[in-house]
Amino acid sequence: MTRGQRASPAAGQGWPFLLPLLLILLCVIGYPLIRTLYLSFTDASLNALGIRPAWLGWDNYVYALTSPDFLSSLWHSTYFTVVSVALEVVIGVLVALLLNQKFRGQAFARALLILPWAIPTIVNATMWRWIYNPEYGALNALLTQTGLMGDYRSWLGSPSSAMNMVILADVWKNYSLVALIALAALQSVPDEIYEAAALDGVPIWTRFWRLTLPFILGPLSVAVVLRTIEAFKVFDIIYVMTRGGPADATKTASFSVYQEAFTYLQAGSGAAYANVMVLISALLIAGYLLLMKRQRAA
Amino acid sequence: MKRTPLQSGLLYLGVFVFAASVLLPVAWMLISSVMPASELTVKPLRWWPQHADWSRYRLLLTLGENTPGQTFLYALRNSAAVAMTTTLLALLVGIPAAYALSRFPRGKDWILSSVVATYMLPPVALLLPLYQMLARLGLLNTVWGLILVYCCIIMPFATWLLKSNFDTVPPEIEESGLVDGLSRFGVMTRITVPLALPGVVTTAIFAILLAWDEFFFALLFTNGLAAKTLPVAISDFTAGRATDYGLIMTAGVLAALPPVLIAVALQRGLLAGLTSGGVKG
Repeated sequence: MTRGQRASPAAGQGWPFLLPLLLILLCVIGYPLIRTLYLSFTDASLNALGIRPAWLGWDNYVYALTSPDFLSSLWHSTYFTVVSVALEVVIGVLVALLLNQKFRGQAFARALLILPWAIPTIVNATMWRWIYNPEYGALNALLTQTGLMGDYRSWLGSPSSAMNMVILADVWKNYSLVALIALAALQSVPDEIYEAAALDGVPIWTRFWRLTLPFILGPLSVAVVLRTIEAFKVFDIIYVMTRGGPADATKTASFSVYQEAFTYLQAGSGAAYANVMVLISALLIAGYLLLMKRQRAA
Repeated sequence: MKRTPLQSGLLYLGVFVFAASVLLPVAWMLISSVMPASELTVKPLRWWPQHADWSRYRLLLTLGENTPGQTFLYALRNSAAVAMTTTLLALLVGIPAAYALSRFPRGKDWILSSVVATYMLPPVALLLPLYQMLARLGLLNTVWGLILVYCCIIMPFATWLLKSNFDTVPPEIEESGLVDGLSRFGVMTRITVPLALPGVVTTAIFAILLAWDEFFFALLFTNGLAAKTLPVAISDFTAGRATDYGLIMTAGVLAALPPVLIAVALQRGLLAGLTSGGVKG
């Protein structure tokens, strides 16, 4: 509240209702965040939990930002995020437009859309790993048996294709969220405007840009930011499908933090890695909150 | 609007491509789970089993010392316990908090923002301190440790979703209750929550699905039968040296069944929750 605004009678109310939540958040979020910040300035090691770590100043951050390993993992996260979110948006909107048409079996098709969304991430990752299997995978079999490809390929085994194949598996599951949100937004577009535009001979492409898109842009932008934040912290699908390999080609930032802290037991530099990620995420989250505010104002 | 035959054709082609792209991978998972091991590893690949082999389902659903069934059934129990308890706690704490944020929003904008930000924070930011905390409390590799950690993800999420549900209940309805001498808490439990019940149920379902799906913390904070959840058990199966993909697919089918059934059964409510609740804030 800014000064000069009169306090409403309700201004001070409700705090007892919020107290448990605030206390818990303080303990399981606030404290760990501050503690991670502290650790990032020390030489803490995961196998010396009881020992008081030595203060290092900015060393861990200098190490993080000059480590080719960590920087390339940030690049992998960025690539993963940009490509998978872009595909999810394009495919999501196309599928939403498709399922917004009237056709026989429409209810069934919409029920199908929720299937990938509901399948647990790890199950999705495992399923695709099996489909991509270099020896007995369905993808190799399908492509060679139909003559589209001459020889079997090791989809996840080659650094040039591994990341894109992981992205494909991620998109398969996650475009459905974008599509579900876009579909709901499309249903608020009044039919009459469309019919009038169609009668006036406005081409379908123009109709999409001028009529449809403005209607769904709000909810769609929220979905995009949500997916971006999620994609940036990706870990589980990578862990199951490739463990960051081959040759670190799919090592994302989250995976890098995990490795530094739990494989090399370097809690201090791991914490610094994590904080670099937090900083980037904070920018994305701030963008999301801003969008939300604008949505509510609109 | 009337469609030309060409437009109809394109439409149905699009629907077919969409349906096939969703169904084929899932169908292959199902087929793999009942395909005899000898047929799963032949070239050229056969797409249909000569006779279905249900033994893997029996194997995973029978409890025995040191069997895949033991791993799977314990993980199933742990996943269910963690998801249910976390959801219950999240509702107990989230309902009053969401009510306060919905009815007395003044000066509390920052709380809603931090709740949303908390949910979106990369989990690695909390990883090391939470690990040390659980180690010190002796809660590593326990269901309760996992529940504690999940509360930090799911409580903010539940609060956020519940708040937008409570916003749809007009405050005027509550006034008669206040006039009749109910306390604010009484109004919340007797009037607002019952009126917003579909939203509360949707929130609970989302919370269960979220906990069921979580992998990162479960992987790092559990290492044995006592607390490993389904996602971790499945990823362990994948990492085994002699990988029986038929068995892994069976585990996948069984682990996906509860969330998929819930989602299909409650489609309408979930769609409303996805679009109005979590997204608009």
